[in-house]
Amino acid sequence: MSTSYRVDWRRRLTDRSMTVVVTGCFVAAMVPLVWLLGTVVTKGLARFDWTFFTSSMRGIVGDGGGALHAIWGTVLITAATVAISVPIGVATAIYLTEYGSGWLPRLIRFLVQVLTGLPSIVAGLFIYALVVILAGPGARSGVAGALALSLLMTPVVITSAEQMLRLVPTSVREAAIGLGAAKHAIVATIILPHAASGILAGVMLGVCRIIGETAPLLLVAGFTDAMNSSIFDSRMATLPVYIYSQWQNKGADLAAYDNRAWTAALVLIGLVLIFNLTSRLITHRFAPAAQGVGD
Amino acid sequence: MTDTTVTTAATPTVSSSRRLAIESMSAYYGDVQALADISLTIEPHTITAFIGPSGCGKSTLLRTINRMHETAPHAKVAGSIRLDGVDLYGANVDPVAVRRKIGMVFQRPNPFLTMSIRDNVLAGLKLQHRKVSKTHGDDITEMSLRAANLWDSVKDRLNKPGSSLSGGQQQRLCIARVIAVEPDVILMDEPCSALDPISTAAIEDLMINLRRDYTVVIVTHNMQQARRVSDRTAFFTVAGAGEPGRLIECGSTEQIFSHPVHQATADYVGGRFG
Ligand SMILES: Nc1ncnc2c1ncn2[C@@H]1O[C@H](COP(=O)(O)OP(=O)(O)OP(=O)(O)O)[C@@H](O)[C@H]1O
Ligand SMILES: [Mg+2]
Repeated sequence: MSTSYRVDWRRRLTDRSMTVVVTGCFVAAMVPLVWLLGTVVTKGLARFDWTFFTSSMRGIVGDGGGALHAIWGTVLITAATVAISVPIGVATAIYLTEYGSGWLPRLIRFLVQVLTGLPSIVAGLFIYALVVILAGPGARSGVAGALALSLLMTPVVITSAEQMLRLVPTSVREAAIGLGAAKHAIVATIILPHAASGILAGVMLGVCRIIGETAPLLLVAGFTDAMNSSIFDSRMATLPVYIYSQWQNKGADLAAYDNRAWTAALVLIGLVLIFNLTSRLITHRFAPAAQGVGD
Repeated sequence: MTDTTVTTAATPTVSSSRRLAIESMSAYYGDVQALADISLTIEPHTITAFIGPSGCGKSTLLRTINRMHETAPHAKVAGSIRLDGVDLYGANVDPVAVRRKIGMVFQRPNPFLTMSIRDNVLAGLKLQHRKVSKTHGDDITEMSLRAANLWDSVKDRLNKPGSSLSGGQQQRLCIARVIAVEPDVILMDEPCSALDPISTAAIEDLMINLRRDYTVVIVTHNMQQARRVSDRTAFFTVAGAGEPGRLIECGSTEQIFSHPVHQATADYVGGRFG
């Protein structure tokens, strides 16, 4: 048995080469990411100034101006999207986990799966058609944009909320049933609080999914240079569409338009990052399972 | 705790008798029959222990008593259970109302992790939409935690999460939670099997006290425990996998352990079986 202690060069070589390959792949994946972030930050800093965050593009030709109207639009449309998709999404998930039985939940799950893969431009076209029917051609509004984005976000909320609701342990449900609680009371008092942090994290993921959407907004929310604080009335700019229009409709002073586009991109990435971090923080800090005593 | 067990028939302190009469109960999970034709009377203000080998249907029978059984998928029952003469499976009986009269303590402590200790105690009231004022809530919390022998160790941290307690304390919190809704009957499914001997002793003491106010049914695999705490014992068995569980005999704990009628009972309590 003396041979078994000898160094196995073949195995060692395989080990080494595997390490090299895996590290190489990791680096190959990281390089574009770091490069991208570096480019956005360096180019975006050029206009990362007070004016950018305090003024719109109204009456601006060439240098100056900002993206206040687009930031405001992104915030309003995102908030409206959340307000539409979270109640619908959570209610559907509750139906699926707590109430549904038979063919209907299966049908809903299938549709949700299909919707999850829905190309965003199709969502935009669908809402466009709807808005044309209701408000006539040429009508654009923030709320139409929010409706289109809700088509994209609701399936994400349903899927993640359903998973979170399923994670609520049977023992906890049984404790509530044994205390003489009706179904709706169990859902409202026990199950939702238990799943709340997970559902919130799912909502954050959904927000990250829709906050950078451009195509549907271009179709139904349109674009404007001016501030618009009513989502129900007329065109509303958003950050992604702002980036697109700065890039697309450059004036004589090319650098001014480029710089504004990069800074808007930086702000958008910053927003996504903030949402991502918040969602991670929430899942880690407030998940009931993390306090021990699982099951 | 041993000296309290020798009490013969405990004296009822309240007018309602709280007698459970189980009549020809059979229980099914889909097509599988888990219990066959169980008839058994559970005397008020006593502790009745269900004993028997694993899979003989003790938990199933316990869960038919508070109509938890039917919450399992495709679960069915046949037969009747009367609490003070009222058929709990009657046509106009709401299972939710039954569970308010018949509380349950589970094998593993299952406090609500999102709630404080105080909110855990009051959870049943909240879940039943019973309004309680702040002071009344405080009173109920103290009364229930005292009844569960937990008040002294948690009175200074009622707003801490229930998960901050030890396993034995959590189980007593779960008992306090049941006491707070003032049931007539308390069912306990192996309440000590996840606990250490000291916590077990604490809960056994507690059960003996509970007998004064409640009719108590426990499931246990621990013969000493059944002997120590119960007044009456029911022995169940099952012929084999896929066969339904059956009641072999039920009598005073003294009789079941000293002179059982059936050989199977003698073998089981004597540790020669299962
Ligand atoms: N949810 C369920 N679905 C299907 N069959 C079940 C279910 N729960 C229990 N059974 C079956 O019913 C029979 C009785 O189970 P039960 O849990 O009542 O036994 P038990 O006496 O409590 O056993 P233990 O001492 O191991 O707890 C067993 O054969 C079991 O496999
Ligand atoms: Mg059991």
